[in-house]
Amino acid sequence: MADSAVAPIVAPTTPQFPIVGKSQIKPTWCPGCGDYGVVASVEMALKRLKIPSKDVVIVSGIGCSSNLPHFLSSYGFHGIHGRSIPLAEGIRWGNHELTVIATGGDGDGFGIGAGHFIHAMRRNVKLTYVTMDNQIYGLTTGQASPTSTLGQKTKSTPTGVIEYPLDPIALALASGATYVARGFSGDVKHLTDLVAGGIQHKGFSFIDVFSPCVTYNKVNTFDFFRQRVYKLESSGHNPSDLSAAFQRSLEWGDKIPIGLFYSVDRPTYEDMEEVLQVGPLVHQPAGLKGRESVLDEFI
Amino acid sequence: MKEIAVRAGGQAGDGIASIGESISRSFSRMGLHVFGLNAYQSVIRGGHVWYHSRASEVPVHSQGDHADILYALDRQTVDLHAHILRQHGTVVFDPEKFPLATTDVPAGIQLLAIPTLEIARKYTSQSVLQNAAGIGASAYLAGIPLDIVQKVLADSFGRKAGDVVSWNTNACADGYRFAEGKGLSHPRALAKQGQPKLLMTGNQAIALGAAAAGCKFLVQYPMTPATSIMHWLAAHSRALGVVVKQSEDELASMNMAIGASYAGVRSMTASSGGGFALMTEALGMAGMAEVPVVVVDAARAGPSTGLPTKTEQGDLNLLMGAGQGEWPRAVLAPSDPVEAYRLTVTAFELAEKYQTPVLVLTDFHLAEAMEGVDRSKIDLNVPVPSLFTVEPNGHDYRRYLDTESGVSPRAFPGQAGLNHIALSDEHDEFGHDVSDILAGTPNATAVRVKMMEKRMRKLKGLAKDLPAPVWEGPADAPLTFVAWGSTVGAVRDAMKLLEENGKKTNLLRFPGLYPLDPDVVRSAFARTHKTLLVEGNYSGQFGLLLRGEMGVEFPFRFLKYDGEPFYPHQIVERAEEVL
Ligand SMILES: Cc1ncc(C[n+]2csc(CCOP(=O)(O)OP(=O)(O)O)c2C)c(N)n1
Ligand code: SF4
Ligand SMILES: [Mg+2]
Repeated sequence: MADSAVAPIVAPTTPQFPIVGKSQIKPTWCPGCGDYGVVASVEMALKRLKIPSKDVVIVSGIGCSSNLPHFLSSYGFHGIHGRSIPLAEGIRWGNHELTVIATGGDGDGFGIGAGHFIHAMRRNVKLTYVTMDNQIYGLTTGQASPTSTLGQKTKSTPTGVIEYPLDPIALALASGATYVARGFSGDVKHLTDLVAGGIQHKGFSFIDVFSPCVTYNKVNTFDFFRQRVYKLESSGHNPSDLSAAFQRSLEWGDKIPIGLFYSVDRPTYEDMEEVLQVGPLVHQPAGLKGRESVLDEFI
Repeated sequence: MKEIAVRAGGQAGDGIASIGESISRSFSRMGLHVFGLNAYQSVIRGGHVWYHSRASEVPVHSQGDHADILYALDRQTVDLHAHILRQHGTVVFDPEKFPLATTDVPAGIQLLAIPTLEIARKYTSQSVLQNAAGIGASAYLAGIPLDIVQKVLADSFGRKAGDVVSWNTNACADGYRFAEGKGLSHPRALAKQGQPKLLMTGNQAIALGAAAAGCKFLVQYPMTPATSIMHWLAAHSRALGVVVKQSEDELASMNMAIGASYAGVRSMTASSGGGFALMTEALGMAGMAEVPVVVVDAARAGPSTGLPTKTEQGDLNLLMGAGQGEWPRAVLAPSDPVEAYRLTVTAFELAEKYQTPVLVLTDFHLAEAMEGVDRSKIDLNVPVPSLFTVEPNGHDYRRYLDTESGVSPRAFPGQAGLNHIALSDEHDEFGHDVSDILAGTPNATAVRVKMMEKRMRKLKGLAKDLPAPVWEGPADAPLTFVAWGSTVGAVRDAMKLLEENGKKTNLLRFPGLYPLDPDVVRSAFARTHKTLLVEGNYSGQFGLLLRGEMGVEFPFRFLKYDGEPFYPHQIVERAEEVL
């Protein structure tokens, strides 16, 4: 039987704020890690939209970034490496009245989990996917990631990365994503707008965030981005123009765009799935009681 | 015992499966007991395929060892199958397709040369109509009334427009009358008896069982022989209110099923060994995060891609060892469609009660063979209780509360005051992660031990609730067969044959494979004299499990891994060696 002498890890209460706030778990990220700005933006976006904390589920995989759900007071599911998206999709289809947010890293989402990422976008399942793209594997102490820069020296590439980096924005556009944005955790206010916009978007919203790993990525630092980023919103970009969005996604170098690349209305998976039209699956009647006629076809 | 068996063979694409199913369904509508086996290959056209339909006045549990009527759409079918024809057997063939003389078949076998193509041409240029004429002739020989087989054909076309239905029923009648006119008959032909039965495969029974148990979400990636579970539920998705999702891969399947279950929806996924292997990491997560989920592995002959359309019981070790580390699971193994229906319901009940994955292990033979089932044995009135049982308790909701049973109060997103994090990392009762900065501190180590023991304690309850081993046959016999899963069918038929030869045997079978109650198992084996373990795999995996868990030894084993189902006569021969 339970050994009651073993104390829980933190104070034995869970704050149950009606609106999402901080949990009593303090983030465990390195001081200065970009992910602090991301959790702050997610919290502020949810607060701004006044979504009850009981109706929010934050889902993640594994990585420094994937610890995020613990630091907010909503529901959460901290799953396995690379699988936050199918887990989040299952939750959405189980109860599509929930606000489901998936968070994770570049390795989690574009490496091991790339297949799920693509398919969730073409399905347009309504969830918000926020990647803390530090262009490195943080939790495993600094190996190359799918977005690491060509030539970058990491522990797994001591002589430099020899693979061309994946472009998450272009990949999202090509995969049929209906809300594609890029944020910078050094600009929390702007990022909050993007996340809030994503949560309100009817369909899959993807927000790739430059979220520097101050410990293992000495190339893509806060300063690196501060010197380069410019906002699409103040540069005449039309986010309903897919080819313009593709054009902008290719910009890299001295000037790197952040903001909303593309947004379009398309029916969501939940709109198209007939069984969900009568309400959330979780509240629908279940079982075959009194449905004897289903056996007739076997005669 | 009076029985008759019809075998149809030809090339993939010839429509052999629908010929066989029409015969099986006709038998089943006559109220006869039926076993139908569809033998095919992993190609869409070209390979040799056959279907075997066995009917009997008394229950039959396997395809049996013989045929009485062989409907051959090509010469190869005669060469490969004529030897299984019993005395007075008949080969039905069209001489326009290939010539055949009595000297080409074993002595005592009669030939029915019937112009099926010519009959077909009366109605249409589509040569596939020849099958209806062949079905008619075979049905006549098997004693199936014309109106029954015609109705089966008409029903199989549903509401298809045009003349297709009348062409088929007319060609069927022509074939029937042709055979009748030849004055041929079969001494084994059976008469109608009782109510029509339900003809279903193991996979259909599982799909039905899942829906009856309240499953609202099935997610699958196609893989033979599990795919027809998805096909059945997809066809009934709207009517039954079950979301059916074809995922991008089995990694997604498992995670999606877990996600839906976390949201409060009973969910299931299914695959064969290869796909199941991809699910294992997330399966362990379900064990750790304590999310109920039902997973079906319809095994094919392995290893690797193996023999996709052949049968084997080789995945038990995979299921037992699936997932890193240790977590509580149950493994169930139905042996026929009725049991597949019932154990799927049990799987959902156990998964929910213990908040952990329950695995259902079948194989190609059970998944795809068809059996006639008494309607009264499928009880759809399965209680589906609400999952919303936990009330907010101030600020002290512990999702992973340590309890005597190991089972904790389960809340769902959307419920106020019960917010929590479910997680794959080790955690305390609240779901707080102890895997990172705290790992290794004395308190975290104590939490780890406590939580590990809490989860693993579920095995005690599962062992009590697991379907117990079942005895069949006389209480006392010099030889006891030990079997599980689809193999049980052929053992049942073998026992009957042995009994006809004056040899008494009984059967100890295991619908629940894990976790077994050691006391129950030991006292069961204490009742045996000599045992013969019959398993469809190379190493006798279940025997090894019983030896490892409770020291049961099996000096006599009959293991088979040729990809084919057990045939009763093979078991009889092995038993006679041992007796
Ligand atoms: C299946 C599996 N493979 C490998 C790992 C080890 N692992 C943990 S996190 C991680 C990569 C983390 O990188 P990223 O997703 O970019 O997250 P970050 O830590 O940078 O935020 C890896 C490889 C794992 N947990 N599971
Ligand atoms: S290792 Fe990098 S990504 Fe991880 S917490 Fe530290 S700074 Fe952040
Ligand atoms: Mg990273």
